[in-house]
Amino acid sequence: MYPADLKYTKEHEWIKVEGDRGRVGITHHAQSALGDVVFVELPRVGRRLKQMETFGVVESVKAVSDLYCPASGEVVEVNTALEGKPELVNKDCYGAGWMIVVKIAEPKELNTLMDAQAYEAYLAAEGSH
Amino acid sequence: MSSPEGPLKQTPLNAVHRQMGAKMVPFGGWDMPVQYRGILEEHRAVRGAAGLFDVSHMGEVEFRGPAALEALQRLTSNDASRLQVGQVHYSALTTEAGTFVDDLTVYKFADDRYMVTVNASNIEKDVAWMRGHTRGHVEVRDLSDETALLALQGPRAAEILQKLTPLDLSAIKYYWFAQGKVLGQDAVVSRTGYTGEDGFEIYVKPQHAARLWNALLEAGRPLGLLPCGLGARDTLRLEAKMALYGNDIDDQHTVLEADLGWILKLEKGEFIGRDALARQKAEGVRRKLVGFEMIGRGIARSHYPILKDGRPIGQVTSGSPAPWLGKNIGLGYVAVEHSAIGTEFDVVIRDQPVRARVVQTPFYKRKR
Repeated sequence: MYPADLKYTKEHEWIKVEGDRGRVGITHHAQSALGDVVFVELPRVGRRLKQMETFGVVESVKAVSDLYCPASGEVVEVNTALEGKPELVNKDCYGAGWMIVVKIAEPKELNTLMDAQAYEAYLAAEGSH
Repeated sequence: MSSPEGPLKQTPLNAVHRQMGAKMVPFGGWDMPVQYRGILEEHRAVRGAAGLFDVSHMGEVEFRGPAALEALQRLTSNDASRLQVGQVHYSALTTEAGTFVDDLTVYKFADDRYMVTVNASNIEKDVAWMRGHTRGHVEVRDLSDETALLALQGPRAAEILQKLTPLDLSAIKYYWFAQGKVLGQDAVVSRTGYTGEDGFEIYVKPQHAARLWNALLEAGRPLGLLPCGLGARDTLRLEAKMALYGNDIDDQHTVLEADLGWILKLEKGEFIGRDALARQKAEGVRRKLVGFEMIGRGIARSHYPILKDGRPIGQVTSGSPAPWLGKNIGLGYVAVEHSAIGTEFDVVIRDQPVRARVVQTPFYKRKR
C-alpha cells in the first residue's frame, strides 16, 4: 500500500522523483481516511511552491483537507483529469490520481521526507494515539 | 458537533458496527458509524433500493397522564390535538423567543400517552426543559436508554420489513405508526424517516437490536439493501431539505426564519414562544433559511459567508455535494430581500466568491 520508490510527508502526501521532477499525490491512508473524494482544487502551472506550502485542497463528502507540497519547486504539470473525475484519487492514488508535478528546486530537501518503512511506522504510531 | 466531557456513549449496535468494519466517529457525544462502504454508494442505495441506519442515539421521551396533551400543546409549536392515535407529526420545542430548544417528532399512543423523539445531543437539555415547563398530572419519562432505533429507508423498505413482521405494512400510511411484533419481539413501526424516501423507523428494546439489524440486512441484501452511516444520512436529509439541529435550526433562529411555518399553529392557543412568533409573523421575518445550488465550481460548507455584491447577507448552515442530483447544494440564512427563488449570491469558499442560486426546495422529492 506504500510503494518503496516514493517519499512521504507527515501530512500524507507522496512524491515520486522522476529525474529533476517530482510527481505528487496523496497516500492510500489519506484517501481512505477522507472517503469518497468529490472535489480537488489544484494550482496553475508556473506557480512556485516552498516545501510544505499548501498547493491545493481535496474535499470528500464530509471533509476539506489542505494539500502540502513535499518539495520546493515550480509546478510544471497539473492533473486536470481530477476536475471531472475526482474519484481517481480513491481508485488509483499512486497512478491516475496523481495531482501535480514540480520541478525540484532543492533536491536536498527530499532527505527530510520519510521512506515507505518510516511512513508505515509513523502511521502505526499515529493510529495508536 | 462538539462532544461533551467524558467517554463517548455507545448504542446497542456498537460492537456490530465495529465487527462489520464501519468507520466510527464521535457525533454529539456518541461513537457512531459515519460510513460502511462509502457515503456516495450508501446514499445511492437508499434512493435506489434501501439502506439501514442505526439511530439508537436519538432520544425518546414519554408523556403519560391526563395532562399529557396539555403539556405538549404548551411545549411545542404544532397542534398535537390534531393527532389521532397511531399518528405522528413533526414539531418544534420552542423557546420564549420562538427559536428552537430542539426539533422533534410527536407520536400519539393514547389520549393520555404520547412519545416524542428528540436529537441525541439534546436529550438531557430537552428533558430538563420539558420537566421545567410542565405542570399538572403528567409524567415525563426519558426512555432513551431503554430504546433502540433502526431506520430502514428506501423504495424497497416495505418489501424488506414485511418479511419480518405480521403487521400489514401497506396499512401504515406516511407519518403513521403501528405497534406489533417484528422478529417475534415488541416493536413500534413508524412510517417516517430523515432521508426523503419511503421507509420505517423501528423502535425496539436494546437487547433485540442486534438480531433485528442482522435479520434486516439478510432479508434486504438480495434487494440491494446496504448498511449506512451518518454520512449518508446527512447528505440524504439535505437533499430532502430536512433541517439538522445545530446547523440549520438552533436557539438563535425562529421557526418562521427556518421556513417551517407549516409546523406553527398559532390558532391552537397559548404555547411557549407563541407571542414572539405571532409578532414576527405579523411583522415579517428579516432573514430566512433558503436552499441554494452552486453555479460556480466549489462546495459550500457550514459557516461559509454569503455575499451579495460583495456585502455580507448571511451564512451557510449546511452544504455538501448532492450525490443523487449531481450538483453541490446548501442551506443558509440570508436577508429576506435576497431569499426569492432565482436570486444569485456568492458563497465565500477559501476567500473566493463562488456564485450560487436560490432554488426551490426540497432539492429532491421522491415520486409517490
